[in-house]
Amino acid sequence: MNKLFIPAFAVLALAATPALAQPTDILNASYDIARELFDAENAAYTASGATVTVNQSHAGSSAQARAILEGLQADVVTFNQVTDVERLVEGGFVSDDWQTEFPNNAAPFYSFPSFLVRAGNPKNINDWGDLAAEGVQVIFPNPKTSGNGRYTYLAARAWANEEYAGDKAQVEAYLAKLFSNVPVFETGGRAATTAFTERQLGDVLVTFEAETLAVTKLLGDDQYQPVTPSVSFLSEFPVAIVDKVVDARGSRDLAKSYLDFLFTPEGQEVAAQNFHRVQDETVAAAHAETFPEIRLVTVEDEFGGWDQVASEHFADGGLLDKVFINQ
Amino acid sequence: MARSKHLLPGFGLTMGVSLFYITLIILLPIAAMLLKIAGMGWEEFWRIISSNRALAAYRITFSSALIATVINGVVGLLFAWVLTRYRFPGRRFLDALIDFPFALPTAVAGLVLVTLFANTGWYGQWLEPNGIKVNYTQAGIIAAMTFTSIPFVVRAVQPVLEEVDEALEAAARTLGATRGQIFTRIIWPAILPAFIGGCVLSFARSLGEFGAVVFIAGNLPGLTEIVSLLIFIRLDEYNYEAAAALAFVLLLVALLTLIATNALAAWQTRYVERAA
Repeated sequence: MNKLFIPAFAVLALAATPALAQPTDILNASYDIARELFDAENAAYTASGATVTVNQSHAGSSAQARAILEGLQADVVTFNQVTDVERLVEGGFVSDDWQTEFPNNAAPFYSFPSFLVRAGNPKNINDWGDLAAEGVQVIFPNPKTSGNGRYTYLAARAWANEEYAGDKAQVEAYLAKLFSNVPVFETGGRAATTAFTERQLGDVLVTFEAETLAVTKLLGDDQYQPVTPSVSFLSEFPVAIVDKVVDARGSRDLAKSYLDFLFTPEGQEVAAQNFHRVQDETVAAAHAETFPEIRLVTVEDEFGGWDQVASEHFADGGLLDKVFINQ
Repeated sequence: MARSKHLLPGFGLTMGVSLFYITLIILLPIAAMLLKIAGMGWEEFWRIISSNRALAAYRITFSSALIATVINGVVGLLFAWVLTRYRFPGRRFLDALIDFPFALPTAVAGLVLVTLFANTGWYGQWLEPNGIKVNYTQAGIIAAMTFTSIPFVVRAVQPVLEEVDEALEAAARTLGATRGQIFTRIIWPAILPAFIGGCVLSFARSLGEFGAVVFIAGNLPGLTEIVSLLIFIRLDEYNYEAAAALAFVLLLVALLTLIATNALAAWQTRYVERAA
């Protein structure tokens, strides 16, 4: 190489350092069944005048958390359970006051475990008790890998606690029966839906109401019908900025304005159209006929908060392992 | 050592490079896996590998791989025979086609098979009405394993079959041997070691097949779940120790089959030398 060229290259290299270049894209690492929701949200975000390209990555919420800990460069996370964001807090990727950065504990929308049955409801499944009946096959994702599956476990447990007045032996017997009625545990919510619809496995799919309503719309109510149980478990979908990544990339402002958009009336409207329940009262009222009445219990009411759930239920050898006999 | 002219610089260097490479690529990853297991006690290790779900997965994986190997053994032998003994238009094309399953991403192979065996697919529309279900059953696992390990037996037997001395066959014919006798007394002994070697490789490959199988198996725990998938699920559950323990058993079986292959290869060399 000619000696004169080297300084020229050095100047060029300096001019191209990332510190001076504002990134034009961000990556949103999201949960499994949110593909369609964020396709719509991102389109609406672009329509609102944003010039940033939002790339999507979808998988089970816990698997996504693990991927980020192992180096996936996601600027924002839109997960379906608080515990997966907490995992990133422990790993030093997200600041521990993340729930105060956005309204409603940083959860722009929520849903809950609900049922989808085959048209005409041949097995007459109406509530949680029916899932443990003899000869009923239930499909829901693996609670060890999927937030969706964990909420189902917690919702069933909450129902059983009321039904059996807190009698632990009866609650556990019910849950063990429920789990033994599951022929296959897929690792994510969408794979569970595929098992139920494409492979025609099982009599009832337990997944977020957002998914049951979307599947019914997509595949027709002559094939499937949603069933809302008497009670379910509030599943808030938290969002957070991945501080470690945005600081390295210089994309904090992009990440923040994208997540802010999810809380605006436009963002909330898109979520409601995609069958997610929203906090914005005006938007919620406009979509009232889409969403049936339901009594929801929260993690604080029923189980004393996420930390206690993690240590009591989901730790190795915990209460989940006691009833998850076919793992 | 006598100073003879070697093509490559000294034994020390070439051996050193080979060992370093093998250590880097094969031995270290295995050692890392063993370290993961070392952290758990015998009881825990035993509990994981002897759980009902794990035992079922081993049974399904080994039996499917065995059946796939038998199918590939018979068909592979036939292919090798046709390709070496006959000259016909399209022979080279057929020869190249044998390697196709190697070149195809296994996930694609799985998707192709699922489509074929679906009740609307080319094969499935005839099989399903007759009560034969392939997709989401063990038959599907066998189909996927068979497809991805076709080349082994063909490629192992082909060169040996090419080498079989036709003068021997001619001599046998003049001595009044029947066709059957020529095959069983002359050709079969010559190709047997290569044939068994090819079958062992095919079996080892089927044990480890993941991509093609998960698309067609249905993955029902205890019914159609293979060991590699169970390992994958354990990893997804952040249960690295359990994944390593399950993988260790698979590794052990693969290792034993490969040792068997090498013993056979050694035996074959001696056999050929004796025959010569």
